[in-house]
Amino acid sequence: MSRAVRFAPLAILVLLLAGLVWRLATPADTNVASKLDGKPVPAFVLPAALPNKPTLNSADLASGQPRIVNIFASWCVPCITEVKVLQELKARGVHIDGIAVRDRPEDIADFLAQRGDPYERIGSDAQSRVQIALGSSGVPESFIVDGKGIIRYQHIGPIAETDMPMILGRLEQAK
Amino acid sequence: MRTLAIIIALLLAAPALADSNTPAAYWSDRQLPNPKQEAEAQALMNELRCLVCQGQSIADSDADLAADMRDLVRRRIAAGEKPASIRGWLVQRYGTWISYKPTAEPAAWPLWLAPLALLLIGAFLIRHRVRVGKPS
Repeated sequence: MSRAVRFAPLAILVLLLAGLVWRLATPADTNVASKLDGKPVPAFVLPAALPNKPTLNSADLASGQPRIVNIFASWCVPCITEVKVLQELKARGVHIDGIAVRDRPEDIADFLAQRGDPYERIGSDAQSRVQIALGSSGVPESFIVDGKGIIRYQHIGPIAETDMPMILGRLEQAK
Repeated sequence: MRTLAIIIALLLAAPALADSNTPAAYWSDRQLPNPKQEAEAQALMNELRCLVCQGQSIADSDADLAADMRDLVRRRIAAGEKPASIRGWLVQRYGTWISYKPTAEPAAWPLWLAPLALLLIGAFLIRHRVRVGKPS
């Protein structure tokens, strides 16, 4: 057996280990993007999440102006930091609607009273059905929907302060 | 010391609160009364990937979203929808990622071709060996 062949298993092992170390150091992206980007929002009707706030139906989204549909929950920790950014977006004239996933009215009311309320409408999605219909896989997630009700952008995870210019740019593009 | 331990334990338990307080969807952990439909639902749930615990099927996962997806699958099967149509509806939203069933799209070709390639390599090796072993 030649020398090269004898060392082949060792070389394979080293390559394998290098591959494993590389994947550990740079984990794969586990986000699952919605395939509905660029497609119309699927038709849905939701019950109101709060007695004193209008609910969100798919028909409300083709309003002639781009809107953000924010999927959130009172039990979702990253949503707490996101609400502040949504408030800033609202202050800049952005229309924001909410879909509260697997949530209770009293919890949503508490959450909004404590953290602020950037939403024009909130629908209650008790069994994640609209969340699944939108191809969303967690909270928080946001969809930018243009004036015709077409999904133009999906943001997975909380919108951070540093995402604001990008989000405003996307909204501008969706006009 | 004991107080400290209790405080630490309570702090560590905080993630338990980062989950929904709402009751599970009706059909998430309940079998359909019709055994044939339940079998169809089970077969499909075993082939759908959980979006939260990404190595598990929705049948195995304890995530809230997986429970809601099981509810969705059973509800649609009970309403008479075919499993292929439910799978298609989900693939439209999440891509083929959501389904464990291998597809025929180009990304899956190596998967289908690998057994054939391995067989060919094996045949080649055997032929080589047999020829070497022949008395000349």
